[in-house]
Amino acid sequence: MKPMTITEKILAKHAGVKEVTPGELINAKIDIALGNDITAPIAISEFRKAGAKKVFNKNKVVLVPDHFTPNKDIKSAEQVKILREFAKEQKLTYFFDGGEVGVEHALLPEKGIVVPGDLVIGADSHTCTYGALGAFSTGVGSTDLAAVMITGELWFKVPESMKFVFKGKLNKWVSGKDLILHVIGDVGVDGALYRSMEFTGKPIEKLSIDSRMAMCNMAIEAGAKSGIIAPDAITKEYMNKRAQRPFKFYESDADAVYAEVREYDCAKIEPTVACPHLPENTKKVSQLKNITIDQVIIGSCTNGRLEDLKVAAKILKGQKVAKYVRLIVIPATPFIYNEAMKLGYFDIFLKAGAVISPPTCGPCLGGHMGILAAGERSVATTNRNFVGRMGDPKSEVYLTNPAVAAASAIKGRIAHPDEVSK
Amino acid sequence: MKFKGRVWKYGADIDTDKIIPARYLNTSDPKELAKHCMEDEDASFASKVQKGDIIVADKNFGCGSSREHAPIAIKAAGVACVIAKSYARIFYRNSFNMGLSILESDEVHGATDSGDELEVDMDSGVITNLTKGKSFTARPVPPFMQELIKAGGLMESIKKRG
Repeated sequence: MKPMTITEKILAKHAGVKEVTPGELINAKIDIALGNDITAPIAISEFRKAGAKKVFNKNKVVLVPDHFTPNKDIKSAEQVKILREFAKEQKLTYFFDGGEVGVEHALLPEKGIVVPGDLVIGADSHTCTYGALGAFSTGVGSTDLAAVMITGELWFKVPESMKFVFKGKLNKWVSGKDLILHVIGDVGVDGALYRSMEFTGKPIEKLSIDSRMAMCNMAIEAGAKSGIIAPDAITKEYMNKRAQRPFKFYESDADAVYAEVREYDCAKIEPTVACPHLPENTKKVSQLKNITIDQVIIGSCTNGRLEDLKVAAKILKGQKVAKYVRLIVIPATPFIYNEAMKLGYFDIFLKAGAVISPPTCGPCLGGHMGILAAGERSVATTNRNFVGRMGDPKSEVYLTNPAVAAASAIKGRIAHPDEVSK
Repeated sequence: MKFKGRVWKYGADIDTDKIIPARYLNTSDPKELAKHCMEDEDASFASKVQKGDIIVADKNFGCGSSREHAPIAIKAAGVACVIAKSYARIFYRNSFNMGLSILESDEVHGATDSGDELEVDMDSGVITNLTKGKSFTARPVPPFMQELIKAGGLMESIKKRG
């Protein structure tokens, strides 16, 4: 048999064929299809227009109205109502609302709804997050979602794979977020267009699942179809507690073919910032002097997980947020919210002067719960810093890891964590 | 299919937040979305765009979010087609699925200015800049995507399959 990458193996399995080749068009069976309060209303409308009566499998269509939760206005409440009524009608197993809703790409892995070896599509571009578990997962639009809701299948062009090999040891305060920002800074916002990004090397094998998710989450910011990390003992431990279904580990053959291989020496990677207005505009934190800020967001499907809140709490302990700066902490799911509370992080955040938001995508996409005025500047642990992304088109967003975000909140300017914590 | 239209020219990496900002995504009504199309890139676009106009852009048009609202807003604004050097993959897929005409060309962007009149032949892929008197040929649409268009989009092709 010809050698294949992990991505090619998962796609071949779901297409019911022995092997696939990059560029080939396949029709594949979908394990999980996801929609949110922005994208699912159009999918549901297309589903009905096509005359469909039932989803292909009530356990495999997942709806998470997370973007404007708690409903920010009448229109967004109407959108969620469409999802809620559809979930009731179709008796969907996985619909999350009220106190159960969390940011979709933190919620689905945490609940064990997506598992290693899966083929997942989501009408949300950050669906690529689940590559961190060794699944093939990719973002699609609403019409694609509608097609899957009806048939359980979708067409794909098998992507070429691009291998990113990390070497050496991570510097202090460097997390998965810095590695992926570094890569995007290197290849550009279309540097992996249509491709699958495979992250490998000893430092990756040591990364937590939370950090791996932050990496795969931002594969789309390099234009990629997917990001993926080979599952291992760390994945197994994470899944054993959660998996709702049996799972399967795939790995790339040693002689698999890659369109490109890039190597990075981690000794050279420092805490990294993506400056406005593209994720590829990266700089080392140490290169940025006196960038004063108005707001800090710690949350999102990139960095709203427990590891992220833990490092923020470590830095903020006994400290105060700078005057005239708003720090908003958004635990990504109700479980993370509860754990952070039990671990005492909320005391630290509140004493520092932070706002603690319920789980939501909220400000990341300029929805609500922390919108910027013209001329304002925010540091955010989110994934996009496009023009107008967090509010007024004249506002600015700087993307960082949670440690840099916390340090910056204390200093009132972009700051290195070493400046406030040893 | 052949048509003529006036050009709106934009640069590289026009993201979906520029095409339709998320603050307007609390609805999926095409008419509402069209009112805010391209707002954060060009605030005058939505009020001045005319039916049949053409957007010409540099590389990676439509990068960012998976929101189908982006091609929906462009189509509802009256734009006949988009011609870019390349497209972000979800936007590319969405456009075919919902029926926005898009073409890829490396040359048109450099040889065209805003306000120029283009003639586009979707069948042959020939794009003529009538203002400047130059012709170009777009990259051919992959056969699979052509079939999708012929079937009337993804949902129609599914209905036909039964």
